[in-house]
Amino acid sequence: MIRVSSDLAARLKKEEGFNAGSCFHCGTCTALCPLGYKILPRKLFREAMLGLGDEVRASIPQIFSCLLCRMCEANCPQGVRIAENMRTLRCLITREDFDLT
Amino acid sequence: MPIPIAPILGIFADNVRQRGSVLPLSKRTATGWARGLDLPRGGETVLYTGHMYQMVPAIEAMSSQLALLENSFLTRFFGLGRLVNKLVSLSFFMSLVASPKKARRSNQVLRDIVGLLRDAGIEFGYLYEDEFYAGPLLYDNGLDEAFGRHARRVAAHLKKLGVRRLITVDPHTTKMFRRAYPHFVKDFDIEVQNYLEVLAEKHPKAVAPVNGEVVVHDSCVYARYENIAEQPRELLRAAGLAVREPKLAAKSTHCCGGPIESLFPSEAHRISGNRVDQLEAEGKNVVTMCPFCWVNLGKAAGNRLVINDIASTLAACRRKASAGR
Repeated sequence: MIRVSSDLAARLKKEEGFNAGSCFHCGTCTALCPLGYKILPRKLFREAMLGLGDEVRASIPQIFSCLLCRMCEANCPQGVRIAENMRTLRCLITREDFDLT
Repeated sequence: MPIPIAPILGIFADNVRQRGSVLPLSKRTATGWARGLDLPRGGETVLYTGHMYQMVPAIEAMSSQLALLENSFLTRFFGLGRLVNKLVSLSFFMSLVASPKKARRSNQVLRDIVGLLRDAGIEFGYLYEDEFYAGPLLYDNGLDEAFGRHARRVAAHLKKLGVRRLITVDPHTTKMFRRAYPHFVKDFDIEVQNYLEVLAEKHPKAVAPVNGEVVVHDSCVYARYENIAEQPRELLRAAGLAVREPKLAAKSTHCCGGPIESLFPSEAHRISGNRVDQLEAEGKNVVTMCPFCWVNLGKAAGNRLVINDIASTLAACRRKASAGR
């Protein structure tokens, strides 16, 4: 069963740093990532925008292991701010799942 | 079990709230590097270390300890560790096992930066114990509330001291003051320049070649956030060195793994190992520009490479050139 949280999607819309909507899934980011994570960042951003909170939470280790090195972002043909998107997801998780304020 | 993320981030946030830094340093460790340099206290223009080079020995010790703990049953007790850390700073124990040799070398990097700036005719002061950690580990890990509180405290302190311009020495502190502080601190108007930009602006005259070549490892933050890639090359060439580029360089540089050293030590080691292979393909003498790149690549390279910070490399060339005159 997939649970959808309209709340998560709405909160991400409000975050000015989050701009994954223009991603057209070309895979450049995945090909260039020094970590070689296959799900990141395309699948993760799509899950986040759809409000799939459980799926996003299942990727917490990957979200926090992103190097924020911007190798993907510098080469993204759509200008998606991938590193800032990752940081925005970290903000939500530290606040709501880790209760760190 | 992998290193649990929440307690480690909790320790970072607690340390900054209670002790002003993710890895609190004694006054002596933070400012000892400046002993004997006669740097004026404060002023409108100050050299800002952000404690990053001074943290190098403790970071090295901490990451080695965490690497030993990764996937052990002891990771279950990290939550308890956070509670203990609220009472007694655990990072204090890291400084006990830190390498004194590394401390001398990282202090020397800062002393070399001072020498290079003075040679270029730049006047500046230093805040000594009034200088604070800028907060990059909080910001990068999404601890925005804790970061915002800290940034406002640091900015108010700088304002009170009459600081108008910061000369930063590492990529992460540079990025914080330029990119993050203006979002979190209302009317943050302190000018921020990195020392490599300051030196390059002076267009140093080329000295006689010192008969050496170096492989340049760019910091991701300098190259892709701060647009600092050409300046270090210009400075190295002017110092008489031949610059060799690895397969991935400048705007396309490959990360050293440093950003995830504290949460994912084995992944960080894998990435730094990949980078060491790329650098080694071009030569043995490598120049870094970030304290974290220096630590991580150094650990991964062992005796395969000689890795020096760019400030020490430039200072050594200048000394060699002056001795030859």
